[in-house]
Amino acid sequence: MTELAARGYRRDVADVHPPLLWPDYRSTVRRAPSRPLVLLPHSLTEVTGPLLGADRVGELDHDLTRQHAGEPLGERIIVHGRVVDGDGRPVPDTLIEVWQANAAGRYAHSGDQHPAPLDPNFTGIGRCLSGADGGYQFVTVKPGAYPWRNHDNAWRPAHIHFSLFGRAFVQRLVTQMYFPGDPLFGQDPIFNSVPGPARQRLVAGFDLSRTEPEWALAYRFDLVLRGRDATPMDDR
Amino acid sequence: MTAGPRGGPAPGLTPAQTVGPFFAHALSWPTGPLVVPEGTAAAFWIRGRVLDGDGEPVPDALVETWQADPDGRFGHPDDPRAIAGERLGWVRGFGRCPTDPDGRYRIHTVKPGPVPGAGGGVQAPHIDLSIFARGLLDRVVTRLYFPDEAAANTADPVLADLPEPVRATLVAEASDDGYRFDIRLQGEHETVFFAV
Repeated sequence: MTELAARGYRRDVADVHPPLLWPDYRSTVRRAPSRPLVLLPHSLTEVTGPLLGADRVGELDHDLTRQHAGEPLGERIIVHGRVVDGDGRPVPDTLIEVWQANAAGRYAHSGDQHPAPLDPNFTGIGRCLSGADGGYQFVTVKPGAYPWRNHDNAWRPAHIHFSLFGRAFVQRLVTQMYFPGDPLFGQDPIFNSVPGPARQRLVAGFDLSRTEPEWALAYRFDLVLRGRDATPMDDR
Repeated sequence: MTAGPRGGPAPGLTPAQTVGPFFAHALSWPTGPLVVPEGTAAAFWIRGRVLDGDGEPVPDALVETWQADPDGRFGHPDDPRAIAGERLGWVRGFGRCPTDPDGRYRIHTVKPGPVPGAGGGVQAPHIDLSIFARGLLDRVVTRLYFPDEAAANTADPVLADLPEPVRATLVAEASDDGYRFDIRLQGEHETVFFAV
């Protein structure tokens, strides 16, 4: 089977991802697996993965402010960055899916009962493919903070959800992008579940160079997926 | 820290966060559960529920599947054997289904062929699954094996490394229109989850 040798992916994920059990985030208590995870060797199933392409992306999917008859209310922003792997190499042509609350902190989702107004001009869903250099860009409005019932007077910091596939099953990532200087960080157990040194990677940078004068502010959020092993799987 | 390709420090990986409760309108589409189109020869449904530590359904989970085609090949450039498959209407081996209020998901697919193992050898037909949910700060990963592949399952290097009682959590049950595979996030019959 040596002719099938492909390079695996590094398991350098210590101190990156949150633990599955994080009691301050109450929903983890009955949902986090109780047994230790079993190490799965990387075979072809894991080093390949779905390469969802342009057929998943509509013409205006990257611009959340142009998906309805009128413009959504809120602070118009550009969110852009690059998708790279753990060696800094671009991850091109990968599907990026985003979703978010509107400027008032309400999702256009039937399960969201927060008594803030829905915006008929905002669904809060976007998609795009990264470019040859791993670059991507969305236009949207800044999402509002919203209350939830995790603890007394709990509020989620403003955030945009991101979903990425990369090139392999092991690169799959779902995460959240936050905004710099949010006063709600200190009491948010979801943000604080990330090990300290890695936490700031979830906070976008304000990017004056990419603002559009008289039109929109800009934030930069780079995403880093797993990097590859130096040697083929069968040689380890 | 390893060096990046240009000699600088390698960038730190982006941490995972929960998918939250409000993803379904963004991450699902009508044909998402169809790995192969309805009407495909030899296709079947995999149906199951996602359950929490109290045995209660998880109504806000997302189940994703990834698998080889019936010849054990992947529609991906890193599989040097190349995809076998237009003949089956094979698209990409990917399925995605949010759970309903009763925690149920469904995936319409065909059985994958045997796949080369990580260190040589052959793996039994299997499907990799990712489960995302409110309350899961990162996805959890498991595998589905087939009950009618007893000999291949016995020889499978991943199954062989698991003790008998938990190994059974990865083997689907035959059902009227395919297979049943429940995912128990926690508790007495907790599904085996993998670090990838």
